[in-house]
Amino acid sequence: MTRFLLRRLGQSLVLLWLVSVIGFAVLHLAPGGPLSQFTLTPGMTAAQLKLIAHQLGLDRPLPVQYWEWFSRMLVGNWGRSYRDSQPVLLVIGAHIWPTLELMVSSTIIAILLGTWVGVLGAIRRYSLFDYLATVGAMVALSIPTFWFGLVVIYIFSVKLGWLPAGNLYTIGNGSLLDYLHHLIAPSLVLALVTIAIWSRYMRAAMLEVINQDYVRTARAKGLPERMILIRHTIRNALLPMITIAGLQLPTLLSGALVTETVFTWPGMGRLFLDSISYRDYPVIMGVLMFTAVLVLVGNLFADVLYAVADPRIRLD
Amino acid sequence: MGAAPPAMDAENLLEVEDLAVRFHTDAGTVAALNGVSFTVRPGETLALVGESGSGKSVTSLAIMRLTPPAPGCRVTGRILFRDRQAGTHDLLALPAEQMRALRGSRIAMIFQEPMTSLNPVMTIGDQIAEAIAVHRGTDRTSALASAAELLDLVGIPEPRKRLSSYPHHLSGGMRQRVMIAIALSCDPALLIADEPTTALDVTVQAQILDLLKNLQKTTGMAVVFITHNLGVVAEIADRVMVMYAGRVVEQAATRTLFRAPLMPYTAGLLHSVPRLRIGAGARAKLEAIQGNVPDPMNLPPGCAFAPRCRHVRPGLCDTAAPTLENASPGHRVRCVRWRELAPPMAAA
Amino acid sequence: MSDTTSTTAAIPATATSRRPRNRALARFARHRLALFGLCAIVALVFGCAAGPYLIAYNDLHIDIMHRFALPFSGPHILGTDQLGRDMLARLMMAGRVSLTVGFAAMLLSTVFGTLIGTIAGYFGGIVGTALMRFVDAVLCFPTIFLLLALAAFVQPTLFSITLVIAATAWMEVARVVEAQIRTLRERDFALAAEALGASDAYIMFRELIPNAIAPIVVASTLNVARAILLESYVSFLGYGIQPPTPSWGNMLNNAQEFLVSAPWLAILPGLLITLAVTGFNFLGDGLRDALDPRLDI
Repeated sequence: MTRFLLRRLGQSLVLLWLVSVIGFAVLHLAPGGPLSQFTLTPGMTAAQLKLIAHQLGLDRPLPVQYWEWFSRMLVGNWGRSYRDSQPVLLVIGAHIWPTLELMVSSTIIAILLGTWVGVLGAIRRYSLFDYLATVGAMVALSIPTFWFGLVVIYIFSVKLGWLPAGNLYTIGNGSLLDYLHHLIAPSLVLALVTIAIWSRYMRAAMLEVINQDYVRTARAKGLPERMILIRHTIRNALLPMITIAGLQLPTLLSGALVTETVFTWPGMGRLFLDSISYRDYPVIMGVLMFTAVLVLVGNLFADVLYAVADPRIRLD
Repeated sequence: MGAAPPAMDAENLLEVEDLAVRFHTDAGTVAALNGVSFTVRPGETLALVGESGSGKSVTSLAIMRLTPPAPGCRVTGRILFRDRQAGTHDLLALPAEQMRALRGSRIAMIFQEPMTSLNPVMTIGDQIAEAIAVHRGTDRTSALASAAELLDLVGIPEPRKRLSSYPHHLSGGMRQRVMIAIALSCDPALLIADEPTTALDVTVQAQILDLLKNLQKTTGMAVVFITHNLGVVAEIADRVMVMYAGRVVEQAATRTLFRAPLMPYTAGLLHSVPRLRIGAGARAKLEAIQGNVPDPMNLPPGCAFAPRCRHVRPGLCDTAAPTLENASPGHRVRCVRWRELAPPMAAA
Repeated sequence: MSDTTSTTAAIPATATSRRPRNRALARFARHRLALFGLCAIVALVFGCAAGPYLIAYNDLHIDIMHRFALPFSGPHILGTDQLGRDMLARLMMAGRVSLTVGFAAMLLSTVFGTLIGTIAGYFGGIVGTALMRFVDAVLCFPTIFLLLALAAFVQPTLFSITLVIAATAWMEVARVVEAQIRTLRERDFALAAEALGASDAYIMFRELIPNAIAPIVVASTLNVARAILLESYVSFLGYGIQPPTPSWGNMLNNAQEFLVSAPWLAILPGLLITLAVTGFNFLGDGLRDALDPRLDI
């Protein structure tokens, strides 16, 4: 397993470097770039701008700039927000928990529901349920998340009044129940796409396992069907799903951004949007890089988890 | 269908009567088994021999009721299982739950591919203990203890340590031993072995066969051994049943079959085994049976073997399907011309 | 077919096995879905292209006296919006934009993705690995984040937005194409062309790509779906197609504040987006089944 982990770690580092290069390229696409916060200052002359550019090191060759930017990031200096001069990492840190809450809760819901639908579809292959589940999944993947969110708000908030229309909690009421109450709708909306994807992959994984010889052996042993299903089929099918879960991370983050917009959820997605409207480049870049690193780390974690769960890799 | 069925008496462990298995596919209905009847006595080893597609594996699956469920697959006939412990039952008529109780405990089965027949993410110990826990209702600790004893019985070194090993740590031969351990875990009266040594090296093959023979002596269980390898048959079987195109075409005691086969197909099989010859005949050509196994959906009229038979008599063999006749006590044959052909075939 | 394969095949190990007829039915049903998708797309394209000429109302005509008219209640079939503009007309004009952007973005991303994938798959080695690692790295950025960052940095014209969407959608195509080209490259016909002294470009464009058309077509169809969806996202968030040019996405942006009073302003555009994307997804799935059943999920 050590060899496997070292290899994966090496791959991740290479990707990390590539991600940083791409990030740097995007950063320099920004019109005006790092100078933009100064260009609008009244009375700014071209000569002064040039001086500032020199002080910021913007007249040096690109690779040098990249290296400085990259090494600064490595030590945790991600710059300061244009809006309030707070360190970017701190700003991100203040907004990360709501997003994580949302992502974790919707993932739990999605895994539970998606597994159930996928397993059922596999053991009742070609039945009406399977057909509806497959078509349903495809339609679910075609629905814009934000529109679904609006529809959910309309039905459950406006019309039925069961759920709040947004925000982390009701002002004046900070109880756990209130938090959970506010969490329901956005989690469900975010979970939609994940449920669809998860159920399809689970079904495929189940179908592969179901035809394996060791399932036949289990049956020949006279084990009850339920035991075969859980111990020999589902358990083995869940293994590749660990990797799939890791690969879903970017989609989940994208969905979180959109969901946060519709439900006015104070997470990283909203931070990103607000920063864009304020042209707060350090924060924009910071969040962008942060999400990419999160995806990288998440995938690495998923691979490690897989290596631990599969004895064929763990004990070699 | 056919002549008088084999002597059904209360001493038989297994009595298969007119077993037929039909598969319904997109292209049509395939009769994988077409009226097979035989018996197995307690403690004896019956070999089922035949080429691919003869129906020998389907027979074993049908006995275990592991064939695909209706309507894709239909099994008809009667399979009487006379067990001292469980009583006498028609396996095909048993409710599913009762069959499940018998499966793995009174009737066990081992398969051909040891490399893929074990769950790769479960320990060896757990996989053996599972069956014991389900059928005997014991707790995990005692089940694992029994599992260690079984591993020792099948000749696996360091059995206690092996309990926590995973299948990928073991070689093919060792895995097959584990499969045997699983099969034996609940003391079956009947063991069905579907080509258990075909995927193994010759040396390992010999070890596994020895193991099976010894185990049989100790436990007194009956074995139905499916194979296409006549060498294995000679070593291990008391009686042999030759199958072709879903039917029994000859059945006799091993010695009798090898010495004096009555069905041209059997003779052909025997002659196609390469033999070490010294001196005259050392360069004789290998006699293979010409042609191929018939398409089960397109069986020739009359005898299914007729198109490939050296002794075929057109007009006789290809018109009516021959019935299974008693050539002598314990020796049945499905050939219209067996009486005429007996002397020349015995001499060859 | 050896007896062992027949043994394994004989046991489905499923609790219930269906008649073979059901499997054929399932295949037919999938074709039905693909057909439905195709019809939906054709209807949408035709409706959006020709529709504005056929209906009475103009999408730009403001009629404050009749704002917020309910759908199916009067002369405006699908009601009117907050400025009294006919919803049906607006939806059709918006559809023109959304569908065009989606299709154009697909073309750009498919071309670029195919190029990258072919080069990577053909040359293999360092070039191939480097390109594919680059693709992996781009995929680390969540699509919407990348899309927004790029969209916010450019002037939001139709062309630039199309370019930006294409920039976030080419990676999957590159992956699919790379895998396909990599296998095709070792096939006899490619080796023969090489032996005959054909240039790299010739082999890539005249021999390999034509044989990889099937997965490219499937990937492109699914990419249109994706592009339409991405356009709706970026326009909804305000950084895509800018008003007054209507698109389904930015219609939804405006509709948010009227969700309580006039929900159809939000529901209708979303339905059309869903219909269009579903249509392309069904079609793509059906094509995948038809062109290479081994690729399916």
